[in-house]
Amino acid sequence: MGKVITITSGKGGVGKSTTSANIALGLALAGKKCVAIDLDIGLRNLDMILGLENRIVYDVVNVIENVAKVSQALIRDKRTENLYLIAAAQTRDKSAVKPEQIVKLTNELKEEFDFIILDSPAGIEGGFKNAMIPADEVLIVTTPEISSIRDADRVVGILEANEKRNIKLIINRINPLLVKNGDMLSKDDVLQILSIPLIGLVPEDKNIISYTNMGEPSVLHKDSPSGKAYFNIVRRILGDNVEFNEIKEEKKGFLQTIIGFFKE
Amino acid sequence: MRLLDFFTKRRESANVAKDRLQIILAHERQLNSAPFVEDLRKDLISVISKYVNIDPTRIDVKLERDNHLEILEINIPLR
Repeated sequence: MGKVITITSGKGGVGKSTTSANIALGLALAGKKCVAIDLDIGLRNLDMILGLENRIVYDVVNVIENVAKVSQALIRDKRTENLYLIAAAQTRDKSAVKPEQIVKLTNELKEEFDFIILDSPAGIEGGFKNAMIPADEVLIVTTPEISSIRDADRVVGILEANEKRNIKLIINRINPLLVKNGDMLSKDDVLQILSIPLIGLVPEDKNIISYTNMGEPSVLHKDSPSGKAYFNIVRRILGDNVEFNEIKEEKKGFLQTIIGFFKE
Repeated sequence: MRLLDFFTKRRESANVAKDRLQIILAHERQLNSAPFVEDLRKDLISVISKYVNIDPTRIDVKLERDNHLEILEINIPLR
């Protein structure tokens, strides 16, 4: 029986879809059969982050409205046979879908998949409810900034009011230099404010922009700082006890500094 | 001004953010868990100011929940 993991945040632009793509692909690379569903109806994006935008024929609204079968809307990833995507509809809006319909769909998918990753839209309205109601576990993505943390706290309140107790936190885009200088909230500050258990610390990684440009999530670049961080999250989801290392500045050796000088 | 900053230790902005967040979130969590508190505060202001002179911004209405008991704490300093 599969498990539904919802990735949400409240605030937009904090890295929900990037996180969803990396966790889904990471779980697939770890041998788990996984389906990612983009629930940001009208603002489809997960397809491009995963590099699968050219393969979409049917989307999640087509399935819900019985225009297509689930099997027809499942887009298989080109890099692993364990990952599938169900894309968001692009010509509709959030009102095209109701939470019960997503629950029905995920219950069906649980028979066949180990993990169902729901990429929630920003906000706390209908689209968020579609992603929240079916969740067995909710991962909240926040950056160490006041707006993002405040919105995350609001989301936690709504989740608890809906009897969702299995909530974990991912702190994204940590810049160790800013933290060191006292200009960015530290991991401990954020945890003290939000008081929900941590499942991941992701450093700010300028490579992510080019990975997204190419449709290749960080987990395909195993040595990148963000790729390592996402793999640690995947291992924790699978029940491994992975230590939380403080995110430090990348120290460059003398030779690397010289090489870097010529490269740039 | 810059020169003054250099000599007086600048307060780290992350600490300012943390303090501001803790205060606003405590307030918002209460609003969301007991939305009537805000209405109660407004009603209290209108009733009590009929009889005594009070500063409406200093009325403090707090609902505290523990595992075992709930306490409604109302603080009204007179002017």
